[in-house]
Amino acid sequence: MSGADITYGEVSDRGTAIARVVFLACALVTVLTTFGIVLVLITGSIPFFREVSIVEFFTSTEWSPIIRPRSYGILPLLWGTMLIVVGSALVALPVGTLTAIYLSEYANRRLRRVLKPTLEILAGIPTIVYGFFAISFITPQIQRVFPETGTFNALSGAIVVGVMIIPMVSSLSEDAMSAVPDDLRNAGYGLGATKFEVSTRIVLPAAVSGILASYVLAISRAIGETMAVTLAAGMQPNITFNPLEEIQTMTAYMVEVGTGDVSVGSIGYQSLFAVGLTLFVMTLAMNLLSQYIRGRYREVYD
Amino acid sequence: MATEEFDGLDANGSLARKRLYGRIFVGVCFLSTLVGVVALALLLADVIYESWGWLSWEFLTYPPSRFAENYLPGGRGAGIYPALVGSIFLIVLTAVFTVFLGVGAAIYLEEYAADNRLTRFIEANIANLAGVPSIVYGLLGLAIFVRAAGLGSSLLAGSLTLTLLILPIVIVAAQEAIRAVPDSQRRAAYGVGATKWEVTRDVVLPSALPGIMTGTILSLSRAIGETAPILMVGAATSMFRPPYSLTGPFSAMPMQIFDWARLPQAEFQHVAAAGSVVLLTVLLLMNATAIAIRNRYDTR
Amino acid sequence: MSYEDTTDDSLVDQRPTAGLETATTNSGTGRTIIEAEDVNVWYGETQALHDISMEIPEQQVTALIGPSGCGKSTFLRCINRMNDLIDTARVEGAVRLRGKNVYDDDVDPVALRRKVGMVFQKPNPFPKSVYDNVAYGLNIQGYDGDIDARVEEALRSAALWDEVKDQLDESGLELSGGQQQRLCIARAIAPDPEVVLMDEPASALDPVATSKIEDLIDDLARDYTVVIVTHNMQQAARISDKTAVFLTGGELVEFGDTATVFANPESDRVEDYITGKFG
Repeated sequence: MSGADITYGEVSDRGTAIARVVFLACALVTVLTTFGIVLVLITGSIPFFREVSIVEFFTSTEWSPIIRPRSYGILPLLWGTMLIVVGSALVALPVGTLTAIYLSEYANRRLRRVLKPTLEILAGIPTIVYGFFAISFITPQIQRVFPETGTFNALSGAIVVGVMIIPMVSSLSEDAMSAVPDDLRNAGYGLGATKFEVSTRIVLPAAVSGILASYVLAISRAIGETMAVTLAAGMQPNITFNPLEEIQTMTAYMVEVGTGDVSVGSIGYQSLFAVGLTLFVMTLAMNLLSQYIRGRYREVYD
Repeated sequence: MATEEFDGLDANGSLARKRLYGRIFVGVCFLSTLVGVVALALLLADVIYESWGWLSWEFLTYPPSRFAENYLPGGRGAGIYPALVGSIFLIVLTAVFTVFLGVGAAIYLEEYAADNRLTRFIEANIANLAGVPSIVYGLLGLAIFVRAAGLGSSLLAGSLTLTLLILPIVIVAAQEAIRAVPDSQRRAAYGVGATKWEVTRDVVLPSALPGIMTGTILSLSRAIGETAPILMVGAATSMFRPPYSLTGPFSAMPMQIFDWARLPQAEFQHVAAAGSVVLLTVLLLMNATAIAIRNRYDTR
Repeated sequence: MSYEDTTDDSLVDQRPTAGLETATTNSGTGRTIIEAEDVNVWYGETQALHDISMEIPEQQVTALIGPSGCGKSTFLRCINRMNDLIDTARVEGAVRLRGKNVYDDDVDPVALRRKVGMVFQKPNPFPKSVYDNVAYGLNIQGYDGDIDARVEEALRSAALWDEVKDQLDESGLELSGGQQQRLCIARAIAPDPEVVLMDEPASALDPVATSKIEDLIDDLARDYTVVIVTHNMQQAARISDKTAVFLTGGELVEFGDTATVFANPESDRVEDYITGKFG
C-alpha cells in the first residue's frame, strides 16, 4: 500500500460506537434509579394524600394507619427517629472525632495499621447482627442499671446505631485532618505550641468542614438505619422523652408494614410510600448539605 | 551566663499545666479509639457466646423449624440451609448484574464521557444514590420489580433490588481502578492504531480487573448482609428448600436471622446467634478473597 | 545559575562579591547568643551533620549557605529542636542558648520554641483571619497584655500593617504570596522571641516580594537575632553580618564575617562554591 492510499476516516470503528452506547446505557441506569425512586415515592404517596391532608400528616400526634381508630400523624415516627438520631449522635460524634484525632495526630504507624482495619470491620458488620447484639447484650446491660427498662427501648437502639456510625465519623474526619498540610503543624510548633494545641487549635479548625460533613452524613445514615432500630427500639409509635420506653422510627414502621399482611391498595400500604417519601427527602437534604459543606472546604486549600 | 529570663526553658508553670492537659487529652482520644475496638470485640464475643452449643453441621444442612429444640445437636435437625443457599444465589445473580452495569458505567464515565452537564449530573447523582437508605431501595424494588414488572417476591426481584442498591458503590470502585491504569499504556495501544473500543478491551479492562474485582466483592459483601431491601421485596421467612427458580420465592440469611431474633422464645436468641455466626463467616470469606486479590496484584 | 532568578537584578551587580557593597552591618551587642558545639545529626542511618561548632552573635543576621543537601536547614532546625518532630532524627552535641544547652533534659522544646521563633520556606498562614494568625502565638503563650497593640506592632515590624490594616478580619490565605510570608514573620515575632530562624523564607517568592523580605530582615536584626538559611549567595551577602558555609556531606567549612567569607575565603572549596565552580 502506498502512502497515497491512506485515507483518514476509512477505518471502520463500529466497535467504539457500539461500546459508547452500551456503556452510556449502563451509566444511565443510575439516573433511572433516581427517577424510579422519586416516581415510586410520589405516585405511591398520591393516593395516601388524597385520603389524608398534609396538615394532618405533619401535625397530628397519633400514628395508626392500620388499626382503628385510624389516625395519620407522622410526628410520633419522626420523634422516634429523632430520639435515635440524637442518642446515636451523642455516642458517635465525640467518640468518632476523638478517634480521628488519635489516628491522624497521635497513633504511630504500627498502631494505625491495626486500628484502621478494625474500624473498617466494625463498619462492615451487617445491621441485622447489630440489632441482635442490641437485644442480646446492650438491652440486658441497660436493664441491670434501670430495671424498669422494657424489652424494647430507644436507648438500646440509639447506642447500637451510635456504635455503627462511629467508623463513618472517624474515617471521614481522619481523612479531613490528614489533608491538613504539615506546614501548618510546623508553623504551630515553631510558635511554641504543644502537640495538644496543634491538634485542637490548628488541625481541628482547619479540618472543620470535612468533620462537619462527616457528622451530617453519619446523621443521615442514622435516620435511614432500619434493622437494628426495629429489633432494639421496637414498634410502638410514641412521643416520649424517656429513652427507656419503646418507640417506633419511620424505618421500623416500614418494616412493620413490609412484614405484615397489609393488602395492596389499602391506606396502610399507601402510608408506606408517604413515610418512605418523608424519609427520602430528609436523607437527601442531609446528603446535599454534607456535599455543600465539603465543597466549601475544598476551596480553602485550592 | 544564664540569666533569669532563660530559666523559662523548662516545663514550668502554665506550660506544665498544658502538658498535663495534653496528656489527659491523648488518654481520652485513645480511650475513644478503644470504644470502637471494644464494641467490635463485645459484639463478636456476644454472638459467638450466644451461639455456643447451637451451631452444628446440621444447622447448615437443614431447613428452619418452629421448635427451638430441633436446632439442638441430637434434635431432629433444623437450620439455615435454604437461607444460606438463597443468599448465595442472590449474591451470584447480583454479582452478574452489577459487574456488567457497574463496569460499563465506570468505563463510560472514565473513558468515554465528555466533561459536560450530563456527565456531571450522572456523577452527582451517583454520589447521592449512595446516601439513600437501603429500605427506600426496598420500596423501589417492591413497586417496580415485584408489582409493576410482575416478578412477584422472587429471587430475580430481590437480586435486581440489591443490584440497584450497590451499583453506586461498584461504579465508584471501578472508576478508581480504571483511573489507576497509566495513560502511557493507553497511548501505547493508540500508537499501534487501536480504536478506542480496542484500547478499552485490550488495555484498560485487563489492567483494571483486579481493582474492579476487589471493589465488587467488597460491595457484594455489603449486599449479602442487607435485610431491609429484601424484606420490602418480600423475602420469605419459612422456606424449607432453596430457591428453585429465578421467578420463585427465596429466603436469605439476614431475613432468616431477623425472623428468629424477633421470636419471643428465649431459645431462638441462640438460633439467631448461630445464624449471625454463619453470616459473619460468609462475609469474612468474601472479604478475605477481596484482600487476597488486592495483595496478589498490588505487588506489581 | 538559578539563584540570580530570584533577585532583583536591577539593583545588584551580578558578581556574588558585589553583595558586599550593599550589606548593611548590624553592630549587634557583641555577645554570643547561640553556641553550637560538636553537633552531629543522623536521619536513621544517614549522618546529616558532622561536628558542627559555631557561635552566633546576638542581634545580628547570620546566614547559613551551601548547596542543597548540605545540612544547613537541618542545623537550623536543631536550634529550636524542630528535628524532635521527625521520628528518625537523632541529635548529639550541645546547642547553648545564652549558655543553657537546649538539649538538656530539663528543657521543654515547646518552651524553647517560644524563645526561638521560626519562619518556613513556604508561607504557611493558618486558615484564619490575618489578626488571628498574628495573635495565635500570643494566645497559646497566655500573653496577658494588650493583644491588639501587640498584633499591630508585629504587623508594623513585618512591614505589613499599611497593606492589611483594613482587612484584619479576612483570611490570611487571601493575601499574596509575599504578604503571606510577611504575615508569617509577623506571627513569629509577635510573641517577642529572642531569636528568629528563617528557612529560605524568600525562595517561593517573586523578586519584588523577595526584596521586601530582605529589607525586613535587615530591620528585624535591630531587635532580634536572625539566623537565615538561603541557597542564594547574593542574598546572604546583602543581608547577613556573619556567614556559615556548609558543603555537601554536612560539614561546616567556613564561618566568619560575611565580608571576609565572600571576599577572602580561607578554604579553596568555599572559594570554588562562591565563584560558582562548584555546587
